[in-house]
Amino acid sequence: MKLLQIELFKIFRRSRTYIAFAVITLIIVLIQVMLKFGGKEYIGLMMSGLNESFEVPTDQILNGYLVCFVILNLLLIHVPILVALVAGDAIAGEANMGTLRLLVSKPVSRTKLLAVKFIASSVYTLLLLIWVAILALFLSIILFGTNSLAVPREFEFNIIETGDVLWRYAAAFVFAAIGLICVAALAFMLSVFAENSVSPIVITVSVIIIFTILTQMQVPFYDETIKPYLFTTHMLGWKGFFYVKGLEGETVKGSIENFSAIIKSAVILVTYTFGFLAVSIFYFRRKNILS
Amino acid sequence: MKRLITVLIISLAPICLFCQDANSLLKEVRTKLEKVNDYVAKGILKTNVAFIKAPLATVNIYYKKPDKMKIVNKNGISFIPKGSANINLNSFLMHTENYEVIDAGKEPVTGFRILKLLPTDENADIVLSTLYIDEAIHVIRKSKNTTRDNGTYELEMNYSQFADYGLPDKIIFTFNTKDYKLPKGVTFDYDDGSKKTTNDAMKNKKGKVEITYSSYSINKGVNDKIFNQE
Repeated sequence: MKLLQIELFKIFRRSRTYIAFAVITLIIVLIQVMLKFGGKEYIGLMMSGLNESFEVPTDQILNGYLVCFVILNLLLIHVPILVALVAGDAIAGEANMGTLRLLVSKPVSRTKLLAVKFIASSVYTLLLLIWVAILALFLSIILFGTNSLAVPREFEFNIIETGDVLWRYAAAFVFAAIGLICVAALAFMLSVFAENSVSPIVITVSVIIIFTILTQMQVPFYDETIKPYLFTTHMLGWKGFFYVKGLEGETVKGSIENFSAIIKSAVILVTYTFGFLAVSIFYFRRKNILS
Repeated sequence: MKRLITVLIISLAPICLFCQDANSLLKEVRTKLEKVNDYVAKGILKTNVAFIKAPLATVNIYYKKPDKMKIVNKNGISFIPKGSANINLNSFLMHTENYEVIDAGKEPVTGFRILKLLPTDENADIVLSTLYIDEAIHVIRKSKNTTRDNGTYELEMNYSQFADYGLPDKIIFTFNTKDYKLPKGVTFDYDDGSKKTTNDAMKNKKGKVEITYSSYSINKGVNDKIFNQE
């Protein structure tokens, strides 16, 4: 516990840590301002497949729940980059500063040291996510009010009634935490191999960008071969909580279209996380630390 | 010659009789509807469209003579099909003088009288309307309308306690839907590995909106502001 406190102190002492919180605040507030003043045009664009056949109730669609969904849609691709800033620095940063050798000379096993550092990175990740939740969900509710949530999908449109939304956000944030901790584990593993913190951060960001492009490309060859195994594919699993079952076009309250797929995605992400950690521990225990 | 004239009289007589009947029948239907100057109705709206999943919605339906109509869902989101303003036939039937009425006999199964209305105005929104009229209670049970801008739609109506005013207890509005697809780059869909319903499977499907009315407040006055709200 003492070790964890020290690691958390190290993380939150650095100004870099707060850059992520500032960046997230700026992005979310910018999106909220954009939707407050230009929301109707945005909804019009979002509903372009519907407004030829239907009267689209723009004022009702533009509410706090939708604003949060839009923010998460845009932001959860970029938050991993901010997570990598801290997790990628966890070991490599010590190596870079020349304090790693001093650290491992303490009467604490290397495995325990890694575990504590990873838990500290995960705590930072969770705090970042809670900050996203506060701004994206609760501030949006205050600014835009609540109503049913309209979820646009590629081939269909789901409407979830007001009372059926909040628990889905709670579940989605828990899932997002699993996804982001997986990214933290990747950056952490790369950090173990590196001697400076820039390399693991840049490599993590590059991996996320490449994997995200592969996830979204819709090339049948990649869809059938690589895509099911990419962790970025499964990180979108939070959205599964907003895909509802329908009965003759009617939303089934409290339902999730494919819950087993979400569980499968969560299991894959957790497996990746433990895989990255196992590699980190295996390598770090044998590493000849010279810096 | 005499035989030919007799045959002509016998064959044309029923058509002429129907001609008169059609107009008087339509007049009786209209008289019933004319009793309603305005109404506020409460109802449950159910949307059944291939690419929309929506909960049942509690809606208020506002009508004011001659042709103002508004469906409002205060507690949620409902997609109301364009052209659904025509679910109220009052405004349409108020101007039957603008239509040529053709009697098409009776529907075999139900026995409803079929009247076809063709507009005399070339620029009218509705280009052809077929009405199925219940002669027993003088109400329209079904209508098929082809419009200039909003495709073809059908209305089916059930009546009970408000039949005296020609107002239905349930309406089923069937309409053509257009294709729906958003770019994946916009939606960033989660691919759960299951086989997806594609756009092709939803092409040229009919959509349905059902309104089950629970109450009507008739001729109590409706503020015009409600029709101007977004």
